[in-house]
Amino acid sequence: MKYFSKTAVGLALAAAFAAPVAFGAGNEVVIGDIDDMAGLYSDVTGQGAAEAAKMAIADFGGKVLGKKVVFRSADHQNKPDIGASKFREWADQDGVNMVLGGSNTGVSIAMAKVALAKKVPFIAIGAAGASLTNQDCTPYTVHYAYDTTALANGTASTIIKNGGKSWFFLTADYAFGTQLRDAATKVVLANGGKSLGEVRVPLSASDFSSFLLQAQGSGAQVLGLANAGGDFMNSLKAAQEFGITKTMKPAALLAFISDIHSLGLKTAQGLILTTGWYWDLNADTRAWSKRYFAVMKKEPTMNQAAYYSATMHYLKAVKAAGTTDPDKVMAQMKKTHVNDFFAKDGYVRADGLMVHPHYVMQVKAPAESKYPWDYYKVLKVMSGEEAYGPITGMCQFAPK
Amino acid sequence: MTEIFGYPLPVILGQLMLGLVNGSFYAMLSLGLAVIFGLLGVVNFAHGAFYMLGAYAAYVGLDSLGINYWFALVLAPLVVGALGIVLERLLLRHLYKLDPLYGLLLTFGLALIAEGVMRDRFGSSGQSYPVPDALQGVFNLGFMILPIYRAWVIVASLAICFTTWFVIERTRLGSTLRAATENPKLVQAFGINVPIIVMLTYGAGVALAALAGVLSAPVIQVNPLMGSSLVIVVFAVVVIGGMGSIFGAIVSGLVLGMVEGLTKVVYPEASNVVVFLIMAIVLFWRPAGLFGKE
Repeated sequence: MKYFSKTAVGLALAAAFAAPVAFGAGNEVVIGDIDDMAGLYSDVTGQGAAEAAKMAIADFGGKVLGKKVVFRSADHQNKPDIGASKFREWADQDGVNMVLGGSNTGVSIAMAKVALAKKVPFIAIGAAGASLTNQDCTPYTVHYAYDTTALANGTASTIIKNGGKSWFFLTADYAFGTQLRDAATKVVLANGGKSLGEVRVPLSASDFSSFLLQAQGSGAQVLGLANAGGDFMNSLKAAQEFGITKTMKPAALLAFISDIHSLGLKTAQGLILTTGWYWDLNADTRAWSKRYFAVMKKEPTMNQAAYYSATMHYLKAVKAAGTTDPDKVMAQMKKTHVNDFFAKDGYVRADGLMVHPHYVMQVKAPAESKYPWDYYKVLKVMSGEEAYGPITGMCQFAPK
Repeated sequence: MTEIFGYPLPVILGQLMLGLVNGSFYAMLSLGLAVIFGLLGVVNFAHGAFYMLGAYAAYVGLDSLGINYWFALVLAPLVVGALGIVLERLLLRHLYKLDPLYGLLLTFGLALIAEGVMRDRFGSSGQSYPVPDALQGVFNLGFMILPIYRAWVIVASLAICFTTWFVIERTRLGSTLRAATENPKLVQAFGINVPIIVMLTYGAGVALAALAGVLSAPVIQVNPLMGSSLVIVVFAVVVIGGMGSIFGAIVSGLVLGMVEGLTKVVYPEASNVVVFLIMAIVLFWRPAGLFGKE
């Protein structure tokens, strides 16, 4: 009996202490971040992105509508079930007001489903798959930074106009890779080129030489690399080692500045790629990047810059709407344009896509690079409309 | 053109050659695992991490200290092997009397720590290590272009594997080692310091992993996670060859590399599971592995 009463007192105390811990209960605005914090994509978004979001909250004053803005982040380990259950847990227990989702299309698709069920605004940054604003769209999803459509429109169309008519794809064998290949194939065919085939490579393969020899055997002019991160770097390195880049032109369908930095200009020079943002575009981008660099000791990727911009855009929308009500904040976010160092006249359209200019870049040769991280020259600036194209009608909440 | 099952002969030969290169890495790594398991009974899950540390030792040596590739081939295994010895003395040796599961958990934990520390220091995108000048260029074999460096990997790995096999199976030192694992008390009675032998064996196994790491540094991006994806395949190779069988580890490493190479042509999507499929089949018919003793 004594034991029982002790336990009962203990439980009561635990409950009493546990209750106030559940934050966001009216006096706080909670922003969550669920991302690959330690895996293969953690340099592309990861800790740097979380840092950028915290910078935005601090710059905003740390408070909105008189409530403290709280930031918390979690690692989804590139597993859709972990990302989705963390999102659900935050929504159910912690009253999260907005969630930022980092790299990995597969995880973001799973998280978007939770956003819809729990009515929590969800800003996907780092996931490339255009399906997030098409067949997988929700009224609460915003897709920031870039997507597979914009990458293909930039890189594939530029290369094909320079004479690369026949393509062979090295495709990462999951949602992201196939979406990127489909988008690029569409652009290639539309511009009078042809696709000579593909080889689907398991994610994080240890060696790419076998796949590359098959690509070379196809006789195509362009080697379309529909992969990312370590897979992209290892496939490009092996292509050079085996002399394949002498007969085929590699097309980096998704490359981040962190990839180029770690490959080195000697290996990466001449590559054509598309990016939604670059640190060295103008005085504004350089000023912000300087602040970021002071903390992270690296120049930011487009995703990391987008984390700042998206967090700011959300906080401004909450302030303007005078509430954290998800529907009202979403309406406000779609009404106001994004005008900051990240995007000029960017806007979130009905399907949730944040439309903003993109840049087709060429990686500089070592001799052209004048200072640290001076890696790209701008070949072409694409307007947001040119990069993303019109609303497709595949999103049920956004008719054509 | 000659064809085999509808694939041109040069394609098959090319893939076999590339498979041999990958198989060389499997062989070197599974060799170290087999030595450690055979002589210590430890399932060394940190093997992939030591492989990664070997590659990083070479990278840091070149980047900060100007130590070239050839010196790194000697120094990196020594440094990482010494680290292995320290870990064996401080932690691992306390677990020999317990269930092998404890050793597995400890080494798995150590691997996670090593990866975490390196990722914190170097990031997840990895670093590039150049191919040494003397090994740049390619051989034209007629049916394929083979980079000289990859040919070197095959030669170096075969030499390393043969030497290790020879030392353990054909020398006095090797017979002492094997005797010490069969009956440590008896060997100790002959005046041989068994704990020291065990310690050096672990160090040597770890050094082999580090050496494989240095060899792989110029062909792939040196990356904190490079070992974790590889080690699982290597475990499968060891199981197929027969736990603890040195000869089995070498042969199955090379053969599975080639089988994987052929899978990459026939059905590339399955290339990362074919080794495990073979493992399941082998375990079904021969639970002790192809060269293991029942």
